[in-house]
Amino acid sequence: MSTAGPAPALVPGEPEAVSALVADKLAAFLRTLRDNAFAVGLSEGQDAAMLLASGYGDRPGLLRAAFKHLFAARKADWEVFDGLFDAFWLGKRVRSRSAISGSTRAANNPSLKDLRNDATNSGGDTAPDQMPAGDEPGEDRDGVGRMEGASRTDNLAETDFRKIADPAQIAAAHDIAARLARTMRTRLTRRDLARRRGYRLDLRRTIHRNISHGGVPITLVKRRRKEKPLRLVMLLDASGSMSLYTSVFLRFIHGVLDEFREADAFLFHTRLAHVSDAMKEKDPVRALDRLSMMAQGAGGGTRIGESLQTFNRWHAARVIHSRTCVMIVSDGYETGDAALLGQEMARLSRRCRRIAWLNPMIGWEGYAPEAAGIKAALPHVDLYAPAHTLQSLADLEPYLAKL
Amino acid sequence: MSLSRDQIAERLAGAGYIADGELAVAISLMDLLKRPLLLEGEAGVGKTEVAKALAAVHSAELIRLQCYEGLDQSAALYEWNYQRQLLAIQAHQVEAGGKAGAIEDQIFSEKYLLERPLLAAIRREKPPVLLIDEVDRADEEFEAFLLELLSDFQVSIPELGTITAVSIPHVVLTSNGTRELSDALRRRCLYHYVDYPDVDREARIIMARVEGAGASLSLQIARMVESIRKEDLRKVPGVAETLDWAGALVGLDVRDLADRPETVHETLMCLLKTHEDKARLSREVTERLLGKVA
Repeated sequence: MSTAGPAPALVPGEPEAVSALVADKLAAFLRTLRDNAFAVGLSEGQDAAMLLASGYGDRPGLLRAAFKHLFAARKADWEVFDGLFDAFWLGKRVRSRSAISGSTRAANNPSLKDLRNDATNSGGDTAPDQMPAGDEPGEDRDGVGRMEGASRTDNLAETDFRKIADPAQIAAAHDIAARLARTMRTRLTRRDLARRRGYRLDLRRTIHRNISHGGVPITLVKRRRKEKPLRLVMLLDASGSMSLYTSVFLRFIHGVLDEFREADAFLFHTRLAHVSDAMKEKDPVRALDRLSMMAQGAGGGTRIGESLQTFNRWHAARVIHSRTCVMIVSDGYETGDAALLGQEMARLSRRCRRIAWLNPMIGWEGYAPEAAGIKAALPHVDLYAPAHTLQSLADLEPYLAKL
Repeated sequence: MSLSRDQIAERLAGAGYIADGELAVAISLMDLLKRPLLLEGEAGVGKTEVAKALAAVHSAELIRLQCYEGLDQSAALYEWNYQRQLLAIQAHQVEAGGKAGAIEDQIFSEKYLLERPLLAAIRREKPPVLLIDEVDRADEEFEAFLLELLSDFQVSIPELGTITAVSIPHVVLTSNGTRELSDALRRRCLYHYVDYPDVDREARIIMARVEGAGASLSLQIARMVESIRKEDLRKVPGVAETLDWAGALVGLDVRDLADRPETVHETLMCLLKTHEDKARLSREVTERLLGKVA
């Protein structure tokens, strides 16, 4: 249904046949929109039908403008709508890869595709091509990560993600990440509630409340301080050098988005993608499926600086408020301009409460932050922590609770 | 009363608002579908102006609700005039020796009700334009409440009963994107993204709004502002800033930007609002930009 066939004539005349045709086509268009992450409900469909009936269908340009206002609900929708509309109704090619979904061909991004496979066939092996070539200390893959016995979970929690090769263990690791996100969330929220106590008298409300006592102030109303809940914004490096860690972190992010009331997630390699909506899908496999469709441009190097620049410019005002912790998960191997990275980190640090940089590489023996990228970024980072085991993620919780 | 798109475009122009083509469609859809219009865009692109222009189009009253964090029902919808109620109670006690029913009827009558913007908007005879400005600054709870109001257009006041809308207002919401709005609210609304105007439109805006700005100067100013927006700035100048700057240039009797590069550079303070931006647009940069546009 997604590939645009010959568009039915939108000219009035032969009302019966045409309207049936148009109704079908409209339903298909709504499906296409939904597949492309538009929030379109029944009432929008009805309104659209009404628009078609009331003469908006006479000119494609007019219909497009009308539908655009009706169906788009955010800037991202607004920008891709014209392409989708033209592709569907006018049979033109979509210029960008704004991806008519359902087609798995859209997933030609190597790293994300791998991730998806990784999540889908839980019985499959972790493909060796996911190993970053060269910088991998030759390790015996048969012997590692297989911890049996009663204290299995604990052991797992301390295993470097790189060494978790067994699919069952990967699944277990994912579960821990989700559980961790949940516990982090509950503790943070409880703290939030406990602190809420009135500290100032609200005169106006006190009078209101006491009108029933003839104005004698018997019950006092206090003003409460409203606390903003902590917001967590995660920026995950999904470049080749991180590929071993991304799937676990994605699962972690998925858990966090699921559980936190206020969280946002972005993915970057050579460019930045906002993935919160896709990740909010309850089913992680479907979430990854949607993710791979959103991925644009082939993975390769990591342009952290440019990605941060995009973030600062287009997203920061919306997703960052005064109680926001930005969590960057990256190894800091910058293939772009390191100076730009430093500059953008400075800009980011002005905006948010804390920046935590999680680097899986810290867990490696003999690793020192010598790459130009990480060197430029470090002065602006409040917490620079390892993130190679689940335990290291768990260690973050007290830090986040203090914010 | 439903206006055609051409009529709307005409009246918008009459009101001094130079709209892009799609906005006229949005406004006619608002009438047709009875949906609110959600405007998003950078600060300073003229979102609030749209509501003002819309009020002019319908020659309706503009009722504005400015949202802020902590905005609640008593500031947005209605409130009882407590002080007056108290006075009334006490006066009544002295006079009548207190018949509770009578006092109650009296103090919970409309006379003691303070209308706030939302209530005012649904109680007008002629549908007004209700501008809910910067809705993203209000709390999520308020957003949910707003949603209810926007779908039913009725309000229940416990002491008075349900107040149904006398007329359905034209509702315009604006958002700066400081917080993600709920999907429910977005779905309820028509969406229009307001972008910075292109050179041609901005020049026309300058000509319409700034007295004494000629066609060639307006075009130069618009081009200059466009190239300044492309520079990497912390605060990108909006349309209001452009108008300020144009006003300053006209006031200083500049006819051609190329003739008076000094004045141009000195008046850039109308556009650039942070120290960093000021430093970034040094004299050399200004001259380079001027060379391109003038």
